Order: sequence, then C-alpha cells, then structure tokens
Amino acid sequence: MEKFTIVTSSAIPLDIANVDTDQIIPARFLKATDKKGFGDNLFRDWRFNEDGLDNKYFTLNNKDYSGSILVAGHNFGCGSSREHAAWALVGYGFKVIVSSFFADIFKGNALNNGLLPVQVSKEYINHLIYEIKANPNVKLKIDLRAQQISISSSKRFENFNIDAYKKACMINGYDDIDYLLSKRIEIEAFENTLS
Amino acid sequence: MGKTLFDKVWDAHVVDTKENGPQVLYIDKHLIHEVTSPQAFNELEDRGIPVFRPKQIIATADHNTPTINQHLPIKDALSRNQLEQLSINCKKNNVTLYQLGHKYNGIVHVMAPELGFTQPGMTMVCGDSHTSTHGAFGTIAFGIGTSQVAQVFASQCLLLTKPKSLRVTVNGKLKNGVLPKDVILYIIAKLGTNSGTGYFCEYAGEVFDNMSMEGRMTICNMSIEMGARGGMIAPDQTTFDYVEGKEYAPKGDAFDKKVAYWRTLPTDVDAVFNKEYTFDAEDIEPMITYGTNPGMGIKISENIPHNKDASFVKSLEYMDFEAGESLINKEINYVFIGSCTNSRIEDFRVAAKYIKGKQKADNVTAWLVPGSKQVEKQIIEEGLKTVFDTAGFELRQPGCSACLAMNDDKIPQGEYCVSTSNRNFEGRQGQGSRTILASPLVAAATAIAGKIIDVTETIKTLEFA
Repeated sequence: MEKFTIVTSSAIPLDIANVDTDQIIPARFLKATDKKGFGDNLFRDWRFNEDGLDNKYFTLNNKDYSGSILVAGHNFGCGSSREHAAWALVGYGFKVIVSSFFADIFKGNALNNGLLPVQVSKEYINHLIYEIKANPNVKLKIDLRAQQISISSSKRFENFNIDAYKKACMINGYDDIDYLLSKRIEIEAFENTLS
Repeated sequence: MGKTLFDKVWDAHVVDTKENGPQVLYIDKHLIHEVTSPQAFNELEDRGIPVFRPKQIIATADHNTPTINQHLPIKDALSRNQLEQLSINCKKNNVTLYQLGHKYNGIVHVMAPELGFTQPGMTMVCGDSHTSTHGAFGTIAFGIGTSQVAQVFASQCLLLTKPKSLRVTVNGKLKNGVLPKDVILYIIAKLGTNSGTGYFCEYAGEVFDNMSMEGRMTICNMSIEMGARGGMIAPDQTTFDYVEGKEYAPKGDAFDKKVAYWRTLPTDVDAVFNKEYTFDAEDIEPMITYGTNPGMGIKISENIPHNKDASFVKSLEYMDFEAGESLINKEINYVFIGSCTNSRIEDFRVAAKYIKGKQKADNVTAWLVPGSKQVEKQIIEEGLKTVFDTAGFELRQPGCSACLAMNDDKIPQGEYCVSTSNRNFEGRQGQGSRTILASPLVAAATAIAGKIIDVTETIKTLEFA
C-alpha cells in the first residue's frame, strides 16, 4: 500500500446522495480475477452513453474539473461490499473521497487500499461544492497527520476523525495482514480455549 | 448491566484488544464465492502466506453462473475463467467447494444455512454484503471486502472496532398477505437507508418470535439496506429445530451441549441498546418500492410521496414515476422471484399457492430462480414445478441471477421488473433496468395480472402466513 501524508489537489464534485457501489462499478465488470483495469469502468453507466461515447453532463467528463479528490454526497459507497469499487476509484486516480457520510464496508475497503475517506459536516460539503463550482481551480489540502481538510479559496477548514491505528497504517503503508500475522501465538492460544 | 445477544457473541470471540484501537475478532466460519475471492488468494500467494484454517471455509459458485443448461460449458470466457479460478484456488488450498451442479450448490446465503454450516453464537464472514442473512440464527455475520477476505485467510481473524447496538421491535400479529419481506421493507422505509450505519441490529418481538427461519433470514438479509453491517435474531426452539440433523450440525450429545449454550445467548432483560425503534405489526401492509434505493418504499395502496430533494427527483426521473401517483395498474413486463432474500422453499410455496389455477399474463416474462439445488429439488418433489409450468412460469437453475445480472439474466433497458431481490439501484438488474422490490406474493400477483395490483384485494380467500 502507498504511504499517505498530505494530498493537495483540485477536486471533482459529485453532488449526489446515496451513491451505491453498483454505480461506482457495475456488476458486469466484476469478472476479472485481478485488481487491474477497474478505473476504465468507474461510474460506467453515468459516465458513458449507451453508444459508448462520453456523457458530457457527467462530472468526470466536465473538462473544467480534474484532480485526485472526489467531493461526494451523503452516504457514499452504500450497497454491495465489492472492493472493486475502491479499486476503480484508485485505478482512475483518486486518492481522497470527501463526503458527509460513508457506508461502513466501503469505508473499510477504501482504507485498505490507501484511499482516504474524509468525513466532514454537510455544511462543509456544501461549502466545498459551492467553491469548486465557482472556481474549478481551487485546491483542497488534506493533511492526514493533522487530520485537517482545507480549501485554498477560503479560510474555512475542518478536522476529520480517523481511527488512530488506521491512520498509522495509511501513513506507513502497512496493512492489517502484517499486524494479524504478528498475533499468531495469541490466535492459536484462543483457539485452544474453544470447545 | 446486562448484555445484548450481540455483546455475548462478540465478547466470546475477542482474541486481543489494541490499546485505544480495534479488537482482534476470531472468525468461526468463512464463506467464499467466485467474485470476491480470487484477488485475496492472489494476495496470499504473492506474499507466500498459507491459508491458516481451510476447514473453516466453504466455497460455492453463485454470482456469475448461468441459470439454464448448467451442465454445459459456460459460454462467456470471463465467467468461465472466474469459476475455473475458484476451483483451482480451492483445490490448491484444501477448501471444500460446492461447485456448479453439485447437489449442495447454491447462493452462498441459502446453501450454508441449509448445510448447518451456519449455527447460533458464531462469527461468520463472506465477501458479500448480504452475509447479514446468517444473523437469523443468532450469529454475528457480516459482509467484508476482499482485503479482509485475505486477512481471514491468513489469520482466521479480523481487526474491528465494535459497532454500536440497535434494536427494532415489532409486536402484534401480521395481517394476511403481509410477509417477512414486507416487514423489512417497511422498517427500511421508516428508518431510511443509512439509519443503521455503524450499528449491528437486533430484531425482537412477537413478529420475529413467530417467524420461520426462512422468514428470519429474509429479515436479516436486508439489514445492510439500512446501512447496518448485520442483523440478528435470538436463537430459540425454531432455530435449534432447523439446525438439528443438518450436514455440518453437531450430533447427539454434542448437539445438546451446544443447545444448552445457545439458550444463554438471548439479550438480557436489563441490557441497554444505543438506539431502539418499535413498530406495530398491524400497521404493516404489503410493500413496494418506487425509487432507486430500498428505503424508497410505500404500502402498495399508497401514492408516491412528494419530496424536493435533488437525489429524490433524480431517482423518480430514472424510474419514470411521478410524485403523488399510485403504482396500482402499472403495466409490468418482467417478474423475478429469487435472490438470497427470497429464494427459499417457503417463498416458492407462497408463489405457488397464489398461482395455482391461474395463468401468467401474456406480457410478462417470469423467472423463478431457486436459491440452491436443494430448494430446486424440493420445488419439484412438492409438485410446485407442475403448478409453475402449468401457469406459464419458467423455473430456472439456482444462482444469484437477475438480482445483480452478472450473468445473462438481465432485465432490458427501460423495463420495469417486480423483483423479490434486495436492491433497486439504477441498472442493478441490467443497464437501464428499473427495479420494484416486493414480496414473493406481490411478485406472483403481478405476473398473473400483468400489472401491479393491490394484492390485499385478491387474496381474501387464501391464507398466507
């Protein structure tokens, strides 16, 4: 996993609530047995028209917007547990998703892939989306050590929560397998207590 | 202070606690399937880590399998490869696989309980969000991502922060024609799609006490649709009777000993939940959804509500419905009875009871997809297949099928499908398809009428539990 400390980038707004993982990556693209190529089909049915051409109204196809931060609506990543959704977002180039609320499984999957879910207030999301739409070149800064998100066009910032262990994993690029394997003796001792 | 059912099971599985951090939770049983396991097997292989406890894993092929001609080679190369990969991985790692065609093959959340692999008081995981289904047995069961599948492969454990507790109580007696699916759609419509996020939900009260295991599985299955990682129902005699004698269930004295333990699991009277909701069974009616998330549900006799929220408006636009209108008399060309929510024998009994002596409407394509080979066998043995055949319904072979349309069972662009599955997301049943979630009874009635009807009007002479 890649190490994460600070990301500074312009951002792409996706002002829709309850974005489910079927929209992030539709089921028909889950037939691969590796993690490659999912970014090509990220938001497939919103991003492309039936004829395969770009849907010019979708935010990812708006030439004004770019960057490695997605600013999304409430309850992002609900539905299916497919980690392919995190692989698709990472594959496309996102490093951070900002939302006022994340679905549980998606949040865990994102963290396990070095994709930082940043949860902020609804008011702050509205502020970010307003500022980005007014000037798509504004930069967002996400400082993981300080647990702070800020925007270059205003003085408003917010602090966000992250589990201390997961924060350390993101900063150091560790994953849970390393930790769990270090607990092998405790795990075997626990198994011996089971009837 | 007393403990909840969830506390008791969770606390019995904590291996270690990280200071100010997550806990190491031991996982008793791990279910895997072809779609979310290959990358986890690769991860272990790349890092030279063996599968730690292969005997605690079972595998099935379900998401990506055809529901006709299962004896023939799979046409789609990518699907075929995914199934072959599962066989290779299971063989290499000594994992028991119930592959396509096996007498125990089926949807992971249907076949595992049928085999007694699911038992009360356990911790269970699967790379599938509907793993919550197994909570019907008083088990902590929840969906995980592929990274976590790899973690469980490597250590039989997961690092987790204990979720908060939520209890939904429904007392009273359900009206005729109100099925478990209606109960859970009602609860989700009342509470919303993210009300349960961060929580584990216990369902309690007379309605669940009086429910069969099949019904309880339908309830727990959809816990994730209100955001809860899992749902649970306290184990009781109904649970023990279901488990007894099953393939993986303990036998003889060992079973009795387990039952004695399982009887200690229900929530203590003085236990306190972080959140509680109570509903009255009499208020519930056959339900139907009108939007693109499972929380957008109404009683079948109600009209679509008005709401100015942009996501709500977008949702109705996708469905081509208008605020304020009724869904009664909407013409429907597709009906799907299946999925891990409603593909157990009881669901087909309900459908057959309604369909018997009637004919499917000409405009309707109706797919009946059993949840497992065992359910399929029972459908035939009980004579239900004859009822379906005579009425013009198509009984297909087991699998996830049109619930997520990974295989060829896709609803065409723009078409409505009244479906007993669990998600009405945009394009869930095929690109551009429009899903209306309902119970097997409402689905069967739709297929007969060729349109949505108020089923409470047409079942007056029939009794449905």
